[in-house]
Amino acid sequence: MGANHDHDPYDASPAHGRALRLGIGGPVGSGKTALTAALCRALREEVDLAVVTNDIYTTEDADFLRREAVLADDRITAVRTGACPHTAIRDDISANLDAVEALQERHPGLELIIVESGGDNLTALFSRGLADRQIFVLDVAGGDDVPRKGGLGVAAADLLVVNKTDLAPLVGSDLDLMARDAARVRDGRPVAFTSLRERPGAPEVTAWVRRILREAAAEHAHDHGHGHGHGHGHGHGHGHGHEQGHEHVPAAS
Amino acid sequence: MDTALLLLADSRLPAGGHAHSGGLEPAVSAGAVRDVAGLAAFLRGRLATSGLVAASLAAAACAHAARDEADGGADGAGWVVLDAEADARTPSPAQRAASRAQGRSLLRAARSTWPHPALAALPGDAHHPVVLGAATAAARGTPRDAASITAYGAVTGPASAAVRLLGLDPLSVHRALADLARAVDAVADEAAAHATGPWRDLPAASAPVLDLYAELHIRADLRLFES
Ligand SMILES: Nc1nc2c(ncn2[C@@H]2O[C@H](COP(=O)(O)OP(=O)(O)OP(=O)(O)O)[C@@H](O)[C@H]2O)c(=O)[nH]1
Ligand SMILES: [Mg+2]
Repeated sequence: MGANHDHDPYDASPAHGRALRLGIGGPVGSGKTALTAALCRALREEVDLAVVTNDIYTTEDADFLRREAVLADDRITAVRTGACPHTAIRDDISANLDAVEALQERHPGLELIIVESGGDNLTALFSRGLADRQIFVLDVAGGDDVPRKGGLGVAAADLLVVNKTDLAPLVGSDLDLMARDAARVRDGRPVAFTSLRERPGAPEVTAWVRRILREAAAEHAHDHGHGHGHGHGHGHGHGHGHEQGHEHVPAAS
Repeated sequence: MDTALLLLADSRLPAGGHAHSGGLEPAVSAGAVRDVAGLAAFLRGRLATSGLVAASLAAAACAHAARDEADGGADGAGWVVLDAEADARTPSPAQRAASRAQGRSLLRAARSTWPHPALAALPGDAHHPVVLGAATAAARGTPRDAASITAYGAVTGPASAAVRLLGLDPLSVHRALADLARAVDAVADEAAAHATGPWRDLPAASAPVLDLYAELHIRADLRLFES
């Protein structure tokens, strides 16, 4: 706790050997906690990881993750956001940075920290000072016109997840339409359709997370190997040219 | 007025304040604050007690930081003593934790915004008013400025929490804050008068109900604010 942080405290680059920070945002109830749990279960044997939850009113999400025992208790931290979940991930990330730093101090070998945002509106985007990469989770029951409406989360997240595809026939949502609308605003960035009910392991998302972890590791090795600053070294097969998330300026909509 | 000080006083400073209600949320839960009039009374009480104590600590911290810089040294031991004075005036463990959490966040913001030897010498978990005083010095403000910014934050923080918790009319709440302006200035004057005196003589006005609320709040199942 008493450490002096003379380095840039908002350094968003994972290329310095610290854990990659993955933000998971999206509207209330879309499946953020279920996805977080799935990622923990799938990755915990191969990746040193921890979770920060941003609950609105309770510590329900953290309690759920603890109850499900997806990780050891001391790897799950709940942050309170004073009725402003988007503030805590975007405008004033202090509480989340404190939580992330405390986890990193407790577990110096951490490779991945997942930060789950409180359920929020379509414009909520993680600050690049907090998250190196971010996933935005929608669900089909929220209406198949949501991707068309765009919003920063839908348009600019590194991965858009459309969850609860099992419900599509029941609520009359058109998945093809959602895919087309999302593609229109996302400039080639990937979209994954998931059903955590039918495929609890979320294989598409897990594969994507493994890839960004590999990229971050390669970036790190690259920086060390050549003594260059980061900001080059593109072309790790990511396919859409913004490996360095903080260089990406989201299109306002 | 200096822009640097406006930046420090601004609620948009990314220093974690938005997640703290300064005891307003438990007061609302207890039914003690329901409307703008109740809020105004709450703010008056808070200002006269913990507001005065915090403003005095901040003024003393600002004077200490400036002295330190003039001496060309960074007095780590002095900070520990002043921080202990803050601890002694904060009997509730929940409030101590909230103050240290806000101090930590403010220190991060201040260090990256206004690098200064006093900020480097401060312990990472110092109390919020102590950090705010040192940050004021780093932003080239006086002890009176530190007291003013602290007293101002002591009322504006809970007021903004009240808007969010009770859905109060923000215009009426701002009117109530404007009505408090002279009282805030008077507290800042009084606090600044203690800036260079012995730290043991700093004001120690207490607000037992706020202490109690803080302890109840930390045990509550449902809460939006950290404190
Ligand atoms: N049918 C169906 N239900 C799902 C799926 N994924 C999650 N759910 C359910 O949707 C509800 C909400 O899921 P959560 O993971 O808590 O959603 P969240 O986005 O974390 O919610 P907040 O944190 O409250 O915003 C739970 O009851 C889940 O079991 C899915 O793929 N299909
Ligand atoms: Mg959740």
